[in-house]
This record gives sequence, structure tokens and C-alpha cells, in this order.
Amino acid sequence: MNIVVPIKQVPDLVEELEIAASGKDLDREWLKYKINEFDDHALEEALCFKEAHGGQVIAVAIDGEDVDKALYTAAAKGADRVIKITGEVADNSHAHARALANVIGQLDWNMVFIGVQAVDERDGQTGVILAHYLGVPHISVVTEVQQSGGGVEVVKEFGGGIVAKLEVQPPAVFGIQAARQTPRYVPVAKVRRAMRGTELEEMDAGSVDVTAGSEVVRLFKPESKGGAEMIEGSPEEVAAKLAEIIKSKL
Amino acid sequence: MKVFVVAEHMKGQLAETTFELLGKARALAGDGGEVIALLGGHGHKDLAAQLGAADKVIYADHPALEQFNPQAWCKAVTQMLQGRLPGLVLVSYSSQGMDLASGVGTALDVPVLAYATDVQADGGRITVTSQLYGGKIMAESAVNGDSAIVAMLAGVAPADAGRAEGSPAVEEVSLEGLDALQVTFKELVEPEGGDVDITKADVIVSVGRGIQSEENIEMAEALAQKLGGVVAASRPIVDAKWLPKSRQVGKSGLKVKPKLYIALGISGAPEHIEGMKDSETIIAINSDPKAPIFEYAHYGVAEDLFDVVPALTEKL
Ligand SMILES: Cc1cc2nc3c(=O)[nH]c(=O)nc-3n(C[C@H](O)[C@H](O)[C@H](O)COP(=O)(O)OP(=O)(O)OC[C@H]3O[C@@H](n4cnc5c(N)ncnc54)[C@H](O)[C@@H]3O)c2cc1C
Repeated sequence: MNIVVPIKQVPDLVEELEIAASGKDLDREWLKYKINEFDDHALEEALCFKEAHGGQVIAVAIDGEDVDKALYTAAAKGADRVIKITGEVADNSHAHARALANVIGQLDWNMVFIGVQAVDERDGQTGVILAHYLGVPHISVVTEVQQSGGGVEVVKEFGGGIVAKLEVQPPAVFGIQAARQTPRYVPVAKVRRAMRGTELEEMDAGSVDVTAGSEVVRLFKPESKGGAEMIEGSPEEVAAKLAEIIKSKL
Repeated sequence: MKVFVVAEHMKGQLAETTFELLGKARALAGDGGEVIALLGGHGHKDLAAQLGAADKVIYADHPALEQFNPQAWCKAVTQMLQGRLPGLVLVSYSSQGMDLASGVGTALDVPVLAYATDVQADGGRITVTSQLYGGKIMAESAVNGDSAIVAMLAGVAPADAGRAEGSPAVEEVSLEGLDALQVTFKELVEPEGGDVDITKADVIVSVGRGIQSEENIEMAEALAQKLGGVVAASRPIVDAKWLPKSRQVGKSGLKVKPKLYIALGISGAPEHIEGMKDSETIIAINSDPKAPIFEYAHYGVAEDLFDVVPALTEKL
């Protein structure tokens, strides 16, 4: 079975996020991006599936910051094809899903593995919306996909550690929460080699005739609800104060 | 205003969040408004008796709805809403809700808003506040049109406001197209019991990605031992298999309410907060002074945990 893995770059939350002068977007000038961690898990689960059962893994990404590097990294990890989607695509889940559906519709595919969510998906999860545009079922919060009979068996997580096993006849879209194993790491040298030896294909996003259905009025930093009493000083001083607090609470 | 609430249940029990949403729906509907609960299942009609905060319950029974089969449930909720909009639809941003909110919204071509912490409906104009970027940025959105599906985070509205006596009227509806599905529910698997039950502990020392390596968890163990507590973790630590699933705190892990919760190198993503925010005292140690965890902690230390934790263990 062939698996398409859409990957997306999101702001690295380790960095400070600033709001742009418009008040409606992040100040993107100095933003550092990284792959959506759940997409990284989706890629890993796809590679594990391929290693066990064969088929192709096709990584796709909508053009944007550091996307070439993300695609070459996917190739270095074992993706068979890497495709960059070019053209005008607005920055919302609906537009992304439409562009992905337009491109995926032209590929020879059986399943889509995509990160279950991304930190900026204000208007819903791209994967679920994509499934509807493709006219196939979806399952969110998936932690394992295994071949079984003519279809696949999928593990979906609920709260409290309870999981469900579901049987699915592809085509289908799975929102991956975590791969069965920690996403593999590739050294920079291997990514460089992939940059030389891989054809980065380009496909047009096509007509993206959808909207988010809502407008951002303003972004703001969470209003501090009082928040924590911050304890300062040298590690020794901080430790002494914390020890006092802890003793008073227990 | 007409406000719908998708009632979520598992193993015959309604989710706590369903009551949170019902309370919120009641407030949004206002005088003269209507709150309608959408309940699906197979032999689950009696759950309607617990949905007294709603004016009406729409119930659909089908074998495919006995358990949570995303394909069946999306079709069911879509059909329950067809012809009944405009209105506001509240869904929990849970594992079930993640399939339903975006799924039903797209099927009905109604705007979807995720990660919601608040909804306002003034004069029919719907405004939603969402928590984005792992809790670092909030977004206020204005909905185009008079309907929306809003996926709300757990714990953002009090559940008590949604618990009410009295059985609302139940309207039973029949569904189409649920007999031949590509998705079949096989079984529910309960978690394996862990070596310790973190929900019973008075003191929890919880480690996040900031702990950096499996070996460093020993440092947290030493602190926990001094306090007679146990070590728990955020999800990435469990995904890396450094600690078993039974130690995971949060949305897909366990909910804990210890006397003392010490978070080491945990950023405070909404999915983690959901599992620990009701702890009596929360102390967070995180080198990023802007980490969202400090919004929920009672005491915070914006320092390197590797400097503070050994010193603290020493002092106790
Ligand atoms: C459906 C779903 C369910 C989920 N369920 C859960 C769940 O049950 N539980 C859960 O926890 N997550 C859950 N998540 C994942 C969640 O979204 C976050 O990815 C996760 O909580 C982040 O874990 P973290 O805080 O340990 O890591 P990060 O967000 O990476 O944070 C690490 C923190 O460590 C700090 N740090 C780094 N070095 C140091 C140092 N030397 N000293 C002090 N601080 C340091 C950094 O400043 C940072 O704030 C779920 C996600 C989804 C989509």
C-alpha cells in the first residue's frame, strides 16, 4: 500500500512568539520553524508500515519556510518520493486540506498518515478536513497501523490509557498521534546526500476555493490569571525557599 | 440562540466534558434559547435522563454507534444536525471530538473552530477564543454566518452548571447509510495496570522533555523518594518509552489531583494541563520564563532544572 504523508512546518515553541503589528498574525520575521512533531510521528509510522509490508511512502508539503529541508530530511529517512506543492495557499486548515486533496487526488495512494493536529490549527484539523475532501473515512489519535487481511488494523487512543482497535478498508486518512517507535534521527550528512540524490518534485496546488469560515479578530498573549509566584535567586536560595514551601504544604 | 451539544460517552458513562458543554450551552442559549443534546448509541437511550440541562435530546440508535466508530459517528451527528441549523454546536476537543468537530463541520460546510476556551454569542454574532501554539498565544475569531462547530478544551467551563435533574423530551431519529462502512469497530482495550497508581499519590514529581534523557529521570526519582511521592511524566517521555504509559498525565493519560505536583521541564501544553490543573499545589521548574505552565502553577522557578533539582533534594 502507498502512504502519503503531508508534512508541515510550524513555529518552534522554544522561541519567544511575538504578535505582528496587525494584531492578527504572528510576527514571522524572526520565527524559527520546525516540523510539526505529530507529522514527524506520521512519517515514522508510515516508514515502519512500509518496512513491514512494502509499498511506497510519499512525503508532500505545501511550499513555505524550510520546506525543502523538511522534504529532503523525509527522503533521507526513507521516503520514496518527495513533492512540494506550489501556488497560492492561504494559511488555514481548510485551504491546506484543499490543496493537499487536489494533489493527492493525482497520486496512486491508499492511505494518508498526517499529524493528528498542529499547534496553529485554529479552524480544525487538516487531516479530518482532507479526508472529507477526498471522500474517505478518517480516524484521529492513531498510534499504530498494521496490515490485516485485505485492510488495516488501527489503534486509536482515548483518555485514561484506553485504546480501541478498528478495522479499516482503505482508502482512508489517519491522524497520527504517536508512531509505534520514536521517530528516527538522520544525521545532517545523510540529509545533504539526499539533497544531491533526490528529485524534489513540484506539483501545483490547483484551485483552492475554500475559506476558514471565520476571521481572526485579534491575537493576544494569555492574560495572566495571577499565575505563579516566581521564586528567584541562586540555585541554593531557590532550593531553600522551595523546601520551605513544600514543607508547609505537606 | 439554538445550541447543540454532542453528548460523549464510553462504557455506558457520559463524559465529564459533556456536562461542561451543557452548562456553557445553557448560558449561551439565554432566555428563550434552546439547548439540544445530540446522543447516539446502541441501547444508550437511558443516558438521556442525565441530560436534564438540555431542553431536548435527539437520540439515534444504530449498531454501528455502540462504540466510537469515527465514520459511523460523523455520519450520525451530521444527519442529526441536517435541517436543524442554524445554531451553535459544541463538541469536546477529545479523542472522539477530534474526529467529530472537523468531520461534521466539513460535511455540513459549517465553520469549525478548534482549541476553544470560550464562545460568545452576542446578538447572534459568534465569537470564539482559541488557545494556539501550545498555550502561548490566544486567538479571537469572528465566525462568518450564523452557525459554527466549536471544539472546546476540557475544563474550561464548570461541569456543575450542566448537571440538572429532570428528563428532557427525547426525539428519536433514524439514520441512513450506516450499514456498509469501511470502518469496523473491533474492541476496546483497557490499559495494563502499572507498577504504581499515580492517581493515588499525594506527591507527584512529573518530568517533561526538559529532562533530556532517560538517565536523568533518576534525579526526579531521588526527589520523589525524599517526598514519599512517585514520578510521572508528560507524553513525549512515555512515547520515548522512558516511562510506562501508566505514568502519563494528561488528555490521553491519567487525571491526577495530588497535594503537590512538581513539574520539571514541562511546557504546559493544554493536553498536559487537562490532567493536572486541579492539583492542590503546583510547582513548576522550567528554564523558559514564558512557558505556559507558569500560568497554572502556584510557584514557579524559571531556571535550569539541573541546577535546582539536586539542590532541592539536598535541602529536604
Ligand atoms: C490528542 C493528543 C493527546 C495528548 N495527550 C497528552 C497527554 O496525555 N499528556 C501530555 O503531557 N501531553 C499530551 N499530548 C502532547 C502535548 O500536545 C505536548 O506535545 C506535550 O505535553 C509536551 O510535553 P512537554 O511539556 O514535556 O514537552 P515540550 O513542550 O517540548 O516542553 C519541554 C519544556 O522543557 C523546558 N526545558 C528544557 N530544558 C530545560 C532545563 N534544562 N530546565 C528546565 N526546563 C527545561 C522547555 O523550556 C520546555 O518548556 C497530547 C497531544 C495530542 C494531540
